Amino acid sequence: MQLQRKDILGLQDMTADEIGLILDTAISHKEILSRPVKKVPILRGKSICTLFYENSTRTRTSFELAAKIMSADTTSISVAGSAVNKGESFKDTLLTLEAMGIDLFVIRHSASGSSHFASQTVKSCVVNAGDGTHEHPTQGLLDMLTMVENKERLDGLKVVIVGDIMHSRVARSNIWGLSRMGAQVRVCGPSTLLPAEIDKLPVQKHTNLDEALEGADVVNILRIQLERMDRGFFPSVREYCRLFGINKQRLRKCADDVLVMHPGPMNRGIEIAPDVADGEFAVITDQVTNGVAVRMALLYLLLGGGSTNVASA
Amino acid sequence: MADSVKEVMNESEIRRALKRIAHEIVERNKGAENLVIIGIQSRGVPMAIRLAELIGEMEGLSVPTGSLNVALYRDDFATRTARTISASDIPFDVTDKSVILVDEVLYTGRTTRAALDAIMDLGRPAIIQLAVLIDRGHRELPVRADYVGKNLPTARRENVKVVWLETNGRDAVTISRQE
Amino acid sequence: MWLLLKGGRIVDPSRGIDEGGDLLIQDGRIVGGHNAPVGEDGRTIDCAGLVVAPGLIDMHVHLREPGYEHKETIATGARAAAAGGFTTILGMPNTKPAIDNRAVVEYVLNEGADADVNVLTTGAATKGNDGAEMAEIGDMVDAGAVAISDDAFPVQNADLMRRVMEYSRMFDVPVLTHCEDTSLTLDAVMNEGVNATILGLRPWPRQAESIMVIRNILLSELTGCPVHIQHVSALESVGEVRWAKNRGIPVTCETCPQYFSLTDAALNTYNSNAKVNPPLRTDADVEAIKAGLADETIDAIATDHAPHSLEDKQVELQYAAFGMVGLETALPLVLTNLVKPNVLSLCDAIAKMTIAPARILGLDSGTLADGAVADVTIFDPDATVTVRADEFKSMGRNTPFDGVELTGKVIATIVAGKVVSSDE
Repeated sequence: MQLQRKDILGLQDMTADEIGLILDTAISHKEILSRPVKKVPILRGKSICTLFYENSTRTRTSFELAAKIMSADTTSISVAGSAVNKGESFKDTLLTLEAMGIDLFVIRHSASGSSHFASQTVKSCVVNAGDGTHEHPTQGLLDMLTMVENKERLDGLKVVIVGDIMHSRVARSNIWGLSRMGAQVRVCGPSTLLPAEIDKLPVQKHTNLDEALEGADVVNILRIQLERMDRGFFPSVREYCRLFGINKQRLRKCADDVLVMHPGPMNRGIEIAPDVADGEFAVITDQVTNGVAVRMALLYLLLGGGSTNVASA
Repeated sequence: MADSVKEVMNESEIRRALKRIAHEIVERNKGAENLVIIGIQSRGVPMAIRLAELIGEMEGLSVPTGSLNVALYRDDFATRTARTISASDIPFDVTDKSVILVDEVLYTGRTTRAALDAIMDLGRPAIIQLAVLIDRGHRELPVRADYVGKNLPTARRENVKVVWLETNGRDAVTISRQE
Repeated sequence: MWLLLKGGRIVDPSRGIDEGGDLLIQDGRIVGGHNAPVGEDGRTIDCAGLVVAPGLIDMHVHLREPGYEHKETIATGARAAAAGGFTTILGMPNTKPAIDNRAVVEYVLNEGADADVNVLTTGAATKGNDGAEMAEIGDMVDAGAVAISDDAFPVQNADLMRRVMEYSRMFDVPVLTHCEDTSLTLDAVMNEGVNATILGLRPWPRQAESIMVIRNILLSELTGCPVHIQHVSALESVGEVRWAKNRGIPVTCETCPQYFSLTDAALNTYNSNAKVNPPLRTDADVEAIKAGLADETIDAIATDHAPHSLEDKQVELQYAAFGMVGLETALPLVLTNLVKPNVLSLCDAIAKMTIAPARILGLDSGTLADGAVADVTIFDPDATVTVRADEFKSMGRNTPFDGVELTGKVIATIVAGKVVSSDE
């Protein structure tokens, strides 16, 4: 089986076979991360550009490490703030970089759909590293990899996503990927941060956290953006924390071996209590490691195009 | 396109060839104390395990065995389609060991080259020797095997296939030619 | 000089006519089918199998000039109108500078005088479209503006809108209102619903429109000013207008082909050409619009022709300009999506593009009655045409219908007896 696509824009249109292939490949690539010499030559001569219109040290570093371990050359470009009214258009930036020979773009952008736009603009591969409030497919994949490693299955897992569902690309990628793999997804947050008609997606909708956590195998906690308060989505951090903060006591509602996940960076003491973040159920650093493995797998699968049947032994 | 398939080695011939290779390995390395055996995925692996068993029986010890994935070291990556790969499984340090690298067929030498690079990334062996069941010629790189089960002259358009009891239910080497 | 339109199906909703026959145009005016042509200079157009209708009137067009001539000019907009079968178009005031004073009204009408079709203009409700201070409505009407509008810059202050209506009434011009409560649409991109949720785009509730529709309806009742609701897209708005009409409030409204032809699913690939204001809605809204058209709640069909340059559209969706071009696809969309599925009879559909806007704006046109100025559209109601954006006469290529096969083709557009566009 091989990945028949040029781009990774989201998990919404990905089949279970494709997700399975990526996760299997990531598991096999993870071995490289434990070697003394963390380098394989497979992507020698490939040029990868991380094009970030939003800051994200974590995601960018993860992609760059993945690329470097595979021996690809990386170029990183940061476009500060929103360059809508000034400077070069997104389209021209993409075309310029493509003309310099970029084989694969990793794109982080504050506008939903910008990776779709990029994929229609350039012939090079495009990997969405987070577009606005749409999708963050590599985060979804690394979350699933972390669940598979710990639970040895996705099918039938009860996964609760807690927080600002409306503005979360992580939530959307988790919803699509997990439901495609047979998990039962619940979303929980203040009703002002649950987007319209979310229950038309394959999820159960909750506004009561204790109900949502009942018997959960995984709790995936989203970062709460404090600036949302200013637009009146919730009245205070204190009230948010009281209603939707994950603490030890609340975790008792979950399965005994619940996994606690967070895409980071965490607001300790707000959406997640510090003793939970550092506690026995947390797999938050595993997620980070798996992020590198998943990104290595995607780079390998995307840049490996061409035909089969080259005889050699 | 029908292939005419001809069997060139049967089960007992393969068994004898492996036994001979095992003897040669022990003889050349003056025992098996420092040996480790690494099979190249996927068809080199059953052969590596069998050689390890044969040598272990002969010498009364257990020879460490590993399997090596060379997909990330190939030079023809751009022209092949990326496939699912399973991780290398080398549960020992290769540094200062005598590594016997095992593959079922030696052809262009490119897989061997990739395997050498892959092993070098894992450590610094004292020596690496190559054991193959079939050497079918047509080398594209300066590579030669230390231990050969059978030299089989072939044409490039011919296809040499080794099947193993462990994976295919029987041992055989076949040669087929596209008509 | 004469022009004989021979053997066509004459559809003239102004007189309730839908019958076969000839139509004679003599010296720029309609003289009826039974008279003989006078003079040597003339020709006959064979209209067998074709519909001969009053020239279409589009009461909602963005001509972009002055200020945005890279998107469209009055001349190119008029050419596009002619190609689409329109003989009269009404420009909106959101130009740069805004059409908010006599000088700009006169500029637009002067430029329009040389254009292929009749170019009319609105005047802005407020100075600079800033929604703060009333514009010189009396002076603009005196210069030729036929209506007042807050299109693209909806007046949020209810008291100001009340004054605009009261003041406009004095000059006997309707107020065309773009209904949008902008506090509900901050940074919004598309209709609120499951598709916006999936795409992660800032949602735009239907209520942002219908709240303002009912406000403006009630202000119309308060002031007695004829108010016309522009580009109705939402289910609730249709109900509100229906209620207002039953109550006798002097309210009229229009919708646009996109609101009965498409839903917000058209944005699923982040196609910026489907980004319009108000946004494309849902199946339920489309059905409500069709029902409103059928029961006369919705008086008119306009295009909201909104040409943009590629640079305005080939950007991230949330930064892309709102709007699609409509002049060259409107008639085929009406025929394909309303007439063919029997939502409207051909005559009723033509009425909404001719006599209805004429009456709302107080124009003499929109009729084939004897003596009328000969603005006529001839079209083939059965021809199948594939939309080709790169062949548009408009400078705008921003249509979501590119490559779509539609029914209906404009054969000739005649303005004051002169053929201005022909595909004979």
